[in-house]
Amino acid sequence: MKPMTITEKILATKAGKDFVQAGETHWCKIDRIFTHDPCSPGVIGIFNKEFGEDAPIFSKQNYIMIPDHFVYTTDDLANGNLVLMREFAKRKGVEHFYDVGTPDYKGVCHVAMVEGGHVRPNELMLGTDSHTVTAGAFGCFAIGVGNTDAAYALGTGEILLKVPQSIKVQIEGKMPDAVSAKDLILFLLGQLGVNGATYKTLEFCGSTLEAMGAEERMTLCNMATEAGAKSGIIAPNQASTDYLRALGLEPEEGLQADEGANYIQTIKIEASKMVPIVAKPNSPDHSARVTEVSGTKVNQVYLGSCTGGKLEDFRAFAAQVAGRKVQVPTFAVPATQSVFNDLIKEKIAGVSLYEILQAAGVLIAPNAGCAACCGGPKGTFGRVDTALTVVSTTNRNFPGRMGNKEARVFLTSAQTAAATALMGVITDPRNLN
Amino acid sequence: MRIVKGLPLVLPKNVDTDQILTAEYMKINPSTQSGREQLGRLAFCGLVQGNGGIIDLETGKSNYSVILAGENFGCGSSREHAPVALGAAGFKVVVSPSFARIFYRNCISTGELLPLEAPELDISEVTKNEDVTIDLEKMELYLSSAQKTLKLNPLGDVAGVVAAGGLFAFARQQGRI
Repeated sequence: MKPMTITEKILATKAGKDFVQAGETHWCKIDRIFTHDPCSPGVIGIFNKEFGEDAPIFSKQNYIMIPDHFVYTTDDLANGNLVLMREFAKRKGVEHFYDVGTPDYKGVCHVAMVEGGHVRPNELMLGTDSHTVTAGAFGCFAIGVGNTDAAYALGTGEILLKVPQSIKVQIEGKMPDAVSAKDLILFLLGQLGVNGATYKTLEFCGSTLEAMGAEERMTLCNMATEAGAKSGIIAPNQASTDYLRALGLEPEEGLQADEGANYIQTIKIEASKMVPIVAKPNSPDHSARVTEVSGTKVNQVYLGSCTGGKLEDFRAFAAQVAGRKVQVPTFAVPATQSVFNDLIKEKIAGVSLYEILQAAGVLIAPNAGCAACCGGPKGTFGRVDTALTVVSTTNRNFPGRMGNKEARVFLTSAQTAAATALMGVITDPRNLN
Repeated sequence: MRIVKGLPLVLPKNVDTDQILTAEYMKINPSTQSGREQLGRLAFCGLVQGNGGIIDLETGKSNYSVILAGENFGCGSSREHAPVALGAAGFKVVVSPSFARIFYRNCISTGELLPLEAPELDISEVTKNEDVTIDLEKMELYLSSAQKTLKLNPLGDVAGVVAAGGLFAFARQQGRI
């Protein structure tokens, strides 16, 4: 049989075939699907119209409902959407509904999916959000879809998919201190541009990835969509397998690409030469070295989102600000409730991360969620309401993304965000005394 | 619909879904009639210059039926609210050298508006106040001011979904549901 990429192997299984290749279109069986609060009402509406209100969903276990975007708000429309979700979840017997205001509440869907044990190697997962690609970190083929495709999949368990070509991104060597996966992906986005991987999969491999922790791998896959990619994927390593085991799963062995598999392009990155990278306003591919923009005065720093609000990001941030004071308003939003709880549990030199952040003057959101990453309703924690210059660990800096259209948002790693918060100007974390 | 003719709304490259429909309005339910109408009024509200002049706020309809845009139109979020807003505002066709994947797919699956790829489209050559003509049989775009005829890429595998009018209609035709 001809060699296949990881993506081709997974999609062959889901299409019920021995072999598929890039460019072919197949009906594929999905393993799981999630919808979040801004898209659930649309999905439910289409489902009811097309299949009927009494129609069964494809699986009660494998449809996951996750409020995360516009939660803990006074906005009537946003709260109305949660009511629709509750009704549907109840009527269909949805087993995993992480409802707001309950002990089940988790937060940002992409991290919540992992924590809930819904992300597994070799599976095909859909989500109504472009950052669904995050799950590729565990060898899962995960893609963002719109309401119509989601509603169809929810009723039938199927999706019509074109098998994407793959770009191999080979990253070798040891990462320097103060450089993280966020810097790697911002660097790669600068190389590829915002449409450099359109319709394609970014398949990451190399010694750097083999040594990388699960959450850092998530950051890398998460922003594949910023290059237009259909998905980002990495064959599981020990760290990603252990991460799932700690959640009580016994993941199957991840598929590997065959020798001689067909890649449309190969990009090689030497990790040891990496430096802190920033994406300048107003696009995630406006990459520059942090040193090129250092000294730029900022008015606000934001730590949060599926990209930059995981425990690993908080750890890196706390390590930098411990014993110091931030110089500009600094907002921190844990991606999930579990990250929030870990801030209290985890300690550096006997002091919890939560206390370190508080002592440094960082404002910590009372609830986990997407918050100001995508602006949100007026009054959202950390929302950029005026034309500020902001450093943020999130994933997009398009005009108006965090609120105000004239605001200038620089995307960085948690380390660079911390160094910047401490100095009040964009600062390379390696230059922090 | 064989010939589409009209004044084009001309937009630059990399117009993302936040510019088509700002994230905060994702709270509007696109599957209801009132939600659709609200979204139509908000189409392109995220452009830096706003959507005044594009959408007639009295009728909630666009002054244009055709969009000619630079490459990578619809990048960013997967929100289906974006193509629904454009369809509800009365846009019929969007032509760009290339589209972001999920936006393209959402246009096809919903049948809200037809995304057409014209690899040679250079928006700097388009005169804003002149009608453009799109021939869907010949798959050509005619720019009268530049006196140029541009080839449109064939729809390929999605032609059947487009002809059916959307994903659900296509699946019914195929006997899958």
